[in-house]
Amino acid sequence: MGLLVANNVLAVSNLQCVRGERTLFENLTFNLESGKLLYVQGDNGSGKTTLLRALCGLSQVHSGQVSWNNQNIQSLAEDYSGQVLYIGHLAGIKEDLTAIENLQFSATLTGVDVRREQAITALTQVNIARCADLPTRVLSQGQKRRVALARLWLQENPLWILDEPFTALDGEAIKTLTRHIEGFVGAGGIVVFTSHQEPAFDSKIMQRIKLD
Amino acid sequence: MNWLKFSSPQTFYPLAGKLVPWFAVAATVLTIYGLYLGLLIAPTDFQQGDSYRIIFVHVPASILSMFLYVVMAIYAALGISLNARLSYMMATSVAPTGAMFTFLALLTGSFWGKPTWGAWWVWDARITSELILLFLYIGYMSLQSAIDDKRRADRASAVLAIVGVINVPIIYFSVKWWNTLHQGSTINMGKSSTMAPIMLKAMLIMMVAFWLYSVAVILTRARREIEDRERNSEWIKQAWLQEVKE
Amino acid sequence: MTTATFNKISALTVLYRVFLRDIKVAWRRRSDIASVFFFFIIAASLFPLGLGADPKLLHAIAPSVLWVCALLSCMLSLPRIFAADYTDGTLEQLIIANQPTLLIVLMKTLAHWVLSGLPLVLVAPLIGLQFDLNVNELQVLALSLLIGTPTLSLIGSIGAALTLGVRGGGVLIALLILPLYIPTLVFGAGAVNAVSTGMSASGGLSLLGAMLALSLVFAPLAASVALKIAVE
Repeated sequence: MGLLVANNVLAVSNLQCVRGERTLFENLTFNLESGKLLYVQGDNGSGKTTLLRALCGLSQVHSGQVSWNNQNIQSLAEDYSGQVLYIGHLAGIKEDLTAIENLQFSATLTGVDVRREQAITALTQVNIARCADLPTRVLSQGQKRRVALARLWLQENPLWILDEPFTALDGEAIKTLTRHIEGFVGAGGIVVFTSHQEPAFDSKIMQRIKLD
Repeated sequence: MNWLKFSSPQTFYPLAGKLVPWFAVAATVLTIYGLYLGLLIAPTDFQQGDSYRIIFVHVPASILSMFLYVVMAIYAALGISLNARLSYMMATSVAPTGAMFTFLALLTGSFWGKPTWGAWWVWDARITSELILLFLYIGYMSLQSAIDDKRRADRASAVLAIVGVINVPIIYFSVKWWNTLHQGSTINMGKSSTMAPIMLKAMLIMMVAFWLYSVAVILTRARREIEDRERNSEWIKQAWLQEVKE
Repeated sequence: MTTATFNKISALTVLYRVFLRDIKVAWRRRSDIASVFFFFIIAASLFPLGLGADPKLLHAIAPSVLWVCALLSCMLSLPRIFAADYTDGTLEQLIIANQPTLLIVLMKTLAHWVLSGLPLVLVAPLIGLQFDLNVNELQVLALSLLIGTPTLSLIGSIGAALTLGVRGGGVLIALLILPLYIPTLVFGAGAVNAVSTGMSASGGLSLLGAMLALSLVFAPLAASVALKIAVE
């Protein structure tokens, strides 16, 4: 996977997030090192998405801090966020651009150049290569999500934050994605994710957290 | 200003409640005295007769309107930099009073303009800037009410207030420039004849009176804001019980 | 497992591609851009229709009419800067990109100006002919719009960012932004009016330049703060 730095630590200490009047979670602390996955569990509305977005720097935290290699992500700003690959609930692709153009642009935002063939290879991994040159407007929701997931084959970020990546995928695709994530983690990547189904990762590399 | 007063809604609420009556009474007393001086004691202006007396309301109102906008922007800036709930609530509470004074300044300016210049509205630089200030207040309040999420509403309108306050001198300058370009009229209120000391005194008293009034009203509004936002928390119910007892 | 390697690209390339993306996306929805452009033309034509065709009168009101129409036209197109990105999730991706949000906002605002402001600079002198403006005045008009419309895009981006996803969006933006547009309007129309009365336009034009410089420094910052607030 070409990860040059494989000694990163994502650390969260005493994190508290609030939505409106409600505290979603508090006193959340964990350390996540290179080569580890974090599976965030919790019911709907328990704050999983907010936690993931807080790790990206998108959601404001009420108290506590998130740090990357011992530096607060607030002070790192784009030096940190450029290293994060975030796939959230929204597909994050433009309808008027083709799948390939979308992937190339997403890669641009992480600072890398993606050639057409590389984009097609990635789309093949999620079984959607035939839609490569179509404007994504014509794709179904599930297909759009797969285009978004194809980004995972086209970047060199050390940290992946994935909000329900397995949703709307069939059994075959789930296996492909699981293998890909395992490979990434094996090469020193860090992954934080949520899922409605029990994930099939080795417990040696996967930590769990449950938000109430 | 006691800094600690603004640290948390819990300490602020009862303190504000105690202060409001004092400010209200002081405001009433000074307003009566100021108006007495201005309307009855101050001499008749030899150029403008008695109609000039409206400056005792107009000038303090316009000064307060600008002062309060700056205060609002300061609270907004404090809110953003310190992430302090109370600062945001104070900014929200200042706006309507500031808007009211702006409107009052425009209204009294208009009533002054009619007998003096024969027109209900004069495109003088200061009055035009005052009008634009009213737009800025209205924009701030509209943005607040349009956003449902209180936190987002606070922070978005805070950004708007800060952007606005930076623009106020620019707007004022541009309007003055526009005025000279089009040889517009310039109203020199209270400067047409030499200001008798008693006139100055009356205006200053009215200004202080308006300021006291503003404090009383803003503190009251801030308390309402706190009640609205924290209505589900324990401490506010305790605070109410406490105040009922007193 | 793919062992693909990718070439790194520079910050300038990233920013340039952000600009290009916006142009590309807007170009594929050309009708949106065109409609705002036509609004300018139609709105400007309303005035002679409302006031009568007296050339002296039209000549007198032309600078302000054209400037106000440019202003309103720019304002109508403001939602386009961020709203679509907000809805499809690309905005949050832009915010967590490897470039400061401030610069990304600057690029998007530049794209907005190229699509909505620059066409006005080109077409306004043509409309100005209908209002009986002479060559000097037309030149100053074009120049004032050239310097002034980027400022309108910059200040407008703040309003667009603040009102993302808020109900009453279009009119609300107007309420917030029009007061802030007043100095630009005054200097721009003033410059053309000055030339009409035989004075120099340099005063108004330099003030427009100052407004542009100030907006370049402050507006992207304010807009990026507002975006982060909206996206939370």
